Amino acid sequence: MPETALGDYTAPPFGRRPLQVVGSAASGAYRLVEVFDPSGVVPMAGQFYMLSAESEWPGSSGRPYLPRAFSVASVDVGADGVTLGFLVHAVGPGTQRIEEVGGGRAGSLLAVGPLGRGFAAPHEVAAGAKGAILIGGGIGVAPLALLRRNLIRLGVPSRVLLGYRDADNAGGLDLFDCSEIKLATDDGHAGHRGRVTDLLERLLAGDDRGSAVVYSCGPPAMLEAVRVMCEEAGVACQLALESPMGCGYGACFGCAVPLREGGYMRLCLDGPVVDGSTIARADAGAEVQ
Amino acid sequence: MIEARDLRVDLCGIELAHPVLNGSGTFDAIAAHDVFGDILLERFPFSAFVSKTITPEPRPGNPPPRLWEETDGVINSIGLPNKGLGGFLEKDLPRLAALPVPLIVSVMATSAEEFAGLVQAISERSEVAAIELNVSCPNVKSGLVVGESPDECASLVSALRVLTEKPLIVKLTPGADPVPVAMAAETSGADAFSLVNTLKASPLSPAGDGHWLGAVSGGLSGPTIKDLALAQVSAVADAVGLPVIGMGGVSSGADARSFLEAGASAVAVGTENFRDPEAGSRIARELEDLG
Repeated sequence: MPETALGDYTAPPFGRRPLQVVGSAASGAYRLVEVFDPSGVVPMAGQFYMLSAESEWPGSSGRPYLPRAFSVASVDVGADGVTLGFLVHAVGPGTQRIEEVGGGRAGSLLAVGPLGRGFAAPHEVAAGAKGAILIGGGIGVAPLALLRRNLIRLGVPSRVLLGYRDADNAGGLDLFDCSEIKLATDDGHAGHRGRVTDLLERLLAGDDRGSAVVYSCGPPAMLEAVRVMCEEAGVACQLALESPMGCGYGACFGCAVPLREGGYMRLCLDGPVVDGSTIARADAGAEVQ
Repeated sequence: MIEARDLRVDLCGIELAHPVLNGSGTFDAIAAHDVFGDILLERFPFSAFVSKTITPEPRPGNPPPRLWEETDGVINSIGLPNKGLGGFLEKDLPRLAALPVPLIVSVMATSAEEFAGLVQAISERSEVAAIELNVSCPNVKSGLVVGESPDECASLVSALRVLTEKPLIVKLTPGADPVPVAMAAETSGADAFSLVNTLKASPLSPAGDGHWLGAVSGGLSGPTIKDLALAQVSAVADAVGLPVIGMGGVSSGADARSFLEAGASAVAVGTENFRDPEAGSRIARELEDLG
């Protein structure tokens, strides 16, 4: 039997464990930090880890205090464990410290995970769906890079659309096992000048409409545009959302995202990947501090 | 006198393997069991489990954002999301009863009558070892925060005392001097105290466009409040003859020992659980190593 699913949920090891940094490389304006996990638990695309550093967490300023959620961008399964890659863009005290430790190649990151719900295969999302459209923005391209590799393994055809603000905020392209990425940039330095959702609009107007599922991760405004476009086109979509997570395992109730039916979900438990049809809006969660 | 390496504690007749509990609302044992599996039960981090606060009716919780990272701490405005008493008894209690440690249920209401309904219903359940009263909200009739008023607190504890034989733990708020409140509650029949709850705080948005939190104000917790908590725990422990569960920024065995030395019989870990799911057992181990 060929594999048809993108993976099964495997419980993460209980607790917080140090994972040794084994690689660090620039990926455009981002950095791919690789750690080795001897537990061997293989994460699904879309799942995340709560990461912090063993020292200076918090630093002398008192921040970063809480761990930070990172989607896994690459997975390399070896005989005695897995190498996990995280795409880091240093924008605040937490991401700065992760990048600092990751860049040193000598340290360890403290990790809890893999956590949350990952992407499902197209036929699991919509009956009859045979292909995938991946649309990512900014640092949100990370989980899509792993999804793309897993889709290739399953033999599912996929198209990749990636958007960036400008060259200083672009990276992760090298993680895609794909030579046919369609790019959009706000400043026009590469690919289509404009929004990446312009490219999606064109695809949804064509033949892909009836046979594909859309997978997306990126800034809230982009995700909301994707959600609305898919809903109007009658195409199922799975969105990897972001919301400030204090713990990642349901303890703090911080990552509330409004549900379409009323009330809230805890994104760390019921996401971060959600079906577009279940949420009120993709930009109604909180901004990450 | 606790002998070295024997961390057992008797809390109102409840035998605890060590003095480290969780603070209410800082660890969801059901969610953690779903995430990590049965190993959670084998390596349960706390010597007793304190539930999230249960209210008479279901609550969805506050609109996001709900969290603000402070220096050495967190401000949260979660808003007590819970299934309500009925949902708790039907769905959550059976799962919490399967935990390997005694269960303490936290309850909150906005009137003595509603509190009585909660305490009566929970008192009937043998799975519950003790009841914690979250008195950090206003009485709708008087407008006074119960935990900030000795008279309100005494009247509530007296009304509930006759309804249950289970230990009643009063969770004190740091917003007012907790000593007169604790003394009044002791006279009215409380069995123990837990303190401190979070401190009211309202972070501003860094973008300069008003308040950050969806509910405007929340509660400050974490190491940044530890010294304040130690002072209040010490004052209450000196003033009453009942056990005190001390909390506020407990992140290490050394922190736990500070609270025990200040007069607490046990400690609760809250915000540190967010950083480390096994914080409770780590802190108990560190406490043991301190001798």
